[in-house]
Amino acid sequence: MRTTHRRILLSTILTAALGTTAMAQNAGISSGYPVPKNGFTAQEQKGHGLYRRYCIGCHGPQGDGNGENAPYIDPKPRDFTIATFKCRSTLTGSLPLDTDLIHTLVRGVLASNMPSWRPLSDEDRADLVAYIKTFSPRWKKEQPGPPLQVPAEPEVTADRITAGQQLFQKMECWKCHGTEGRGDGPSAATLTDSKDRPIVPYDFTSGHRFKCGETDQDLYKIFMTGLDGTPMPSFADNLTPDQAWDLVFYLRTLQPGKTKERAIAKQLGLKPINPTGTTPQP
Amino acid sequence: MKAPYKFVVMICVLLLLALGFLNSVHTVSAAGGAKVTGTAKLAGTAPKQKTIDMSKEPSCAQIHASSPVTTEAVVVGPNNALKNVVVYVSEGLDAAAASQVPSQPNTITQKGCQYQPHVIALDINQKLQVVNGDATSHNIHPLPKINHEWNKSQPPGAPPFTEAFSSEEVPIPVKCNVHPWMRGYFVVVKGPYAVSDDNGSYTLDVPPGNYTLTAWQETYGTQTQKVTVAAGKPATADFTFKAK
Repeated sequence: MRTTHRRILLSTILTAALGTTAMAQNAGISSGYPVPKNGFTAQEQKGHGLYRRYCIGCHGPQGDGNGENAPYIDPKPRDFTIATFKCRSTLTGSLPLDTDLIHTLVRGVLASNMPSWRPLSDEDRADLVAYIKTFSPRWKKEQPGPPLQVPAEPEVTADRITAGQQLFQKMECWKCHGTEGRGDGPSAATLTDSKDRPIVPYDFTSGHRFKCGETDQDLYKIFMTGLDGTPMPSFADNLTPDQAWDLVFYLRTLQPGKTKERAIAKQLGLKPINPTGTTPQP
Repeated sequence: MKAPYKFVVMICVLLLLALGFLNSVHTVSAAGGAKVTGTAKLAGTAPKQKTIDMSKEPSCAQIHASSPVTTEAVVVGPNNALKNVVVYVSEGLDAAAASQVPSQPNTITQKGCQYQPHVIALDINQKLQVVNGDATSHNIHPLPKINHEWNKSQPPGAPPFTEAFSSEEVPIPVKCNVHPWMRGYFVVVKGPYAVSDDNGSYTLDVPPGNYTLTAWQETYGTQTQKVTVAAGKPATADFTFKAK
C-alpha cells in the first residue's frame, strides 16, 4: 500500500512538473509568433521577422552590413555589430536614441541606397529598432548619450552670415569641404571611413540633401555631434550654440536654391574664403 | 572601576585593528615596491621608414623644414633598442592591484602634425588628455573595435579635452582625417603598464607575485613572458622582436 501511495505521489509531481514546462513553452504561441529560441523578447522577435523581410539583403543575417547586395552598394550598409551610427542627436562616441534610429528609418539615408521606410507602421519601425539593438552588446551595457540641446533658431542676419563664414575658415571646414563648399578641399582626396573605405566630403553646391535630414536643426546637429564612422568630427567642444547657428546660416549660402541666406549673401557681395592668402586662379 | 578599563582596552584593540587594516591597504596601493625592468630589442635590420611629405600643411612642414620626419612604425635606437613597446601584465594580477587606476591623466600632444608620443598606454578609465600644439585644426579620431569610436575636432588654440576608454583594447589606432599621415596608437590595459624609451628600456611597477607579461609593438605584434617578482628584488624581462 505504501509503495502505491508513493508512486501516485511521484507521478503527480512529475506530471505537474512536465505540465509547467510545457505551459511555459507554449506561452509564446499566443502572440502569434513561434516560441523564441534565442532569448529574444516578443518585440525583438517581431523585429527579426521584419528584418528578414526588408533589411537582410543589405545588412546581412549577422547584421554586420555584409548582405548579398553589399558588394554593389556605396556607401556600404551599416554594420550594426559595432553600434556606430552617423545620424544621432547624441554626442560623438555615444549610442543614438531610439528616436534617432526611427528617424533614420522614416527618412532613409539620403544619397545612399538606404530607402525611406515610411510605408511601414510606427509599430513595425519600433520593432525593427528593438531587433537591430540585439546585434551589439553595447546596447545592454550602456545608455544612449544625453541628446544635444538645439536652442530655438534665431533670425538670419547679415552679421550672422559673416560670422558663420569666419567660423568656416577658423574651424577649417574648408580643409575637406573646400573654400566654396564643393567638397574639394586639400584633404578631400585622402579621406576614408572608419573601415578604411574611400569617402567623399559633402558638396554643398550639388543641391543634394544631407544624409541626416534637411532642416536647419538637422544641419546644426550634423556638425555638433559629428557623423561617427566617417571623417566628420564633432565641433560641440568648439562652438557655442550662437556660433553654431551662424555656421548653419553660412552653410546655407553655399547651397543652391532661393533662400533667405543666399539673398543676404548676394546683397553682401560675399566672396569665398581665401585661407591661404594666395590669389585664386582665374 | 572595571568598566572604564574594559572600554580603554576595547578602544586600543579597535585602533590596532584599524591601523593594521590601513597598513595592509597601503602596501597594496604602493605596489609592494617591487618592479620588473627590461629592454626591448629588434633582431635583424629595421625596415626603412618612409619620409612624410607635409607640403599640404605648410604650418607643419615649416616645423620640420630642417629635419624631415618619417613614419614611426619601427623606431630603433642605439644597439637595436626598440622604442614604443608597451609592456603590461596580462595574467596573474590580483583584483586589488588590477582595479587601481592612475589618477594622473596621460597626455597626447599634436605637434608638427605628429602625435607626441606616438604610442600611449592607458589604464582602463584612466584620463587621456588631448592637446593641440599646432597652428592648424586636427580631428582626433580613434578607431577602436571594442571601445566606442569618437571623433572630435580641435582647432588651433582650442583648450585640451579629456576622454577615457572603458574596456581593455590592444591597440586602438588613432588618426587625423585632415592630415592622413598622422597615425598613433592607444593601448588600453588593465593594471600597470610601461612603454619602452629611446634606449628600449622600461620599468614596470607591480606587487610581488607570478605574472605573465605581454609586450606589444605596432608592427611585430605581441610576445609573452612569465616572470616572478619578489619584494625588494627587481625581476628582469627582456623582449626581442624579430624583424620580418
